[in-house]
Amino acid sequence: MSGITIGGFPLDLIGLQLVTGIALGAIYVLVGIGLSLIFGLMNVVNFAHGAFFMVGAYVGVFLYGYTGSFWVSLVAAPLAMGLLGLAVERVLVRPLYGRGIDDPLLLTFGLSYVMVESVRIAFGLTGLPFGAPPELRGAVDIGIGYFPLYRLFLIAFSLAVVGALWLFIERTPFGLVIRAGARDPQIVQVLGIEIAKVWLAVFALGCALAGLAGILAAPLQGVTPEMGIPVLAEAFVVTVVGGMGSLAGAVLAGLIVGIVVAMTSLVAPDMTKMAIFALMALVLLVRPRGLLGRAGALG
Amino acid sequence: MSAPLTRIAAAEDGVPAARPGSGRTGRWLRRAGRHRVALTLAFLLILPWIAPYQALAVTILVLGLYALGFNLLFGYTGLLSFGHAAFLGGGAYGCGIAIVRYGLHPVLALVAGTLLATLIAAAMGVLAIRTRGIYFAMTTLALSMCVYYGFYQAESFTGGENGLRGINVPSLTLPGLRLSLLDPIVKYYAVLAVVGLAVWLFSRLLSSPFGAALEAIRENESRAQACGYDVRRMKLVAFVLSGALCGLAGALQAIHLSIVPIETMHYSTSGQAVMMALLGGMGTFFGPFVGAATFALLQDGLATLTSHWQLFVGAIFIAFVLFLPLGIWGEVLARLRRAGW
Repeated sequence: MSGITIGGFPLDLIGLQLVTGIALGAIYVLVGIGLSLIFGLMNVVNFAHGAFFMVGAYVGVFLYGYTGSFWVSLVAAPLAMGLLGLAVERVLVRPLYGRGIDDPLLLTFGLSYVMVESVRIAFGLTGLPFGAPPELRGAVDIGIGYFPLYRLFLIAFSLAVVGALWLFIERTPFGLVIRAGARDPQIVQVLGIEIAKVWLAVFALGCALAGLAGILAAPLQGVTPEMGIPVLAEAFVVTVVGGMGSLAGAVLAGLIVGIVVAMTSLVAPDMTKMAIFALMALVLLVRPRGLLGRAGALG
Repeated sequence: MSAPLTRIAAAEDGVPAARPGSGRTGRWLRRAGRHRVALTLAFLLILPWIAPYQALAVTILVLGLYALGFNLLFGYTGLLSFGHAAFLGGGAYGCGIAIVRYGLHPVLALVAGTLLATLIAAAMGVLAIRTRGIYFAMTTLALSMCVYYGFYQAESFTGGENGLRGINVPSLTLPGLRLSLLDPIVKYYAVLAVVGLAVWLFSRLLSSPFGAALEAIRENESRAQACGYDVRRMKLVAFVLSGALCGLAGALQAIHLSIVPIETMHYSTSGQAVMMALLGGMGTFFGPFVGAATFALLQDGLATLTSHWQLFVGAIFIAFVLFLPLGIWGEVLARLRRAGW
């Protein structure tokens, strides 16, 4: 197997890069699902999604310094962002329902400034280094070569989270309400379910997913106050490529974006950042509603 | 229980919140509206004498033109773009590169910058127009990030991370005229000559049938389409024109600052246009200049007090979205209108 090459690259290397892409894609999937979930149900584009990602990472890194346990961070970061999301929806976003659909977008945009600057005040301008926790360091042989253990953990953990989320939305009574609310909030309301509470919960859930993605991404790159900005743009690419409000689309597109990034960094490292957007441009040209768009909201 | 229901209905229709321009306008406001260019220019003529210092007046002028161009798309056509930094930056780099690398005359460099921004706007517009409503904001943001990385990588032309330096235009030689741009007041009025021309063209554009059609698209896109307008093409034209105006602003900024930082293209610069338009009053003629002045004064004032001025700018912006969505100038107009002016 090691003798075969494609375009001058050994097949093993391409295989490893593919797994790297899936690990990267796992982050995109988590961020994209959160964004899609909020959008699919509430028609709100959360421009502070990248900021929630960043604050989640900071909360995790900060707690890791205190407790020394990555697992505590892994629970606390999404929990903290979920609570913050609750407060934000209740206090700031809720008064805007029924006004122009741009208003919640503008508000969360302003919120992202406040969140980024607050983190700068609390933790400084330069960011903090952060590596994988000791129990997840090192590499394991996956048949085609050695691969960092942390990235494997990232793939497995994200898979578990997405699976749990799927069960939650498809197989639980509350998930049924969420799906119904995405289809027709008025009917849900008429059936005696307070849709406002569903929206509150879903907004918090989306923010929690962003926070979780943040702490999961922290060991890959460290944390900086600005780390959320490219993530926000990339999450938008994921939603545009996958199809707005489609969770399956977010999973598919997240993985594709991750793989495209990894493969481009192999072939043309300078073009890595632009490849993501070239992919989006291509999808917009060929299929403007996204790969899985309009397959039924939250389908 | 019933209140959220009506909210849902309104949100789904995508009905924009009440905007200035709707409702009955009194005699004085109508009269002022007919002379909007003259009144705007009158304000800009005295601006350097009321601004804290004259360099800030030039900044307000340039930012005002940037917000004006953005407002064509957001305020008048109803399309929220988060990618206008690509046009401001495109104009700035185009103008700067023309002067630094090719030694072009500043006036020709302004044209070159505007052209580059127009080209970028056309390329972005063709793609972004394919998405509708709220997706437009996401797509424009993503595309502008692509342009940002492109200019970041093209280091031999743009200076990459360090920005483009050395755009020195100490004086402006025109037939029978030689202006020293080192004198801030001369510089201000030279920039104002260009901005004034743009403001006049912008006003003509708004009063044209095309301008009316844009407002029709904003109010009800499906109805505009049913009336036989080629909505998609008109949106694209509005997008490109908006990009051209912002590109001109960028070109002027390059000459004003004599450097183009890479941040000119960054997402935060796009956000600045959104902030200025909302602070001033979207969809109003004079609002962008009010927004630009407010933003520049806030930034200037807060920056002397704290390095974390963005915290306050963000909080003030949130307060505007919640409590003053018409913006300063929009609110003033609405109140005057209610008072029967």
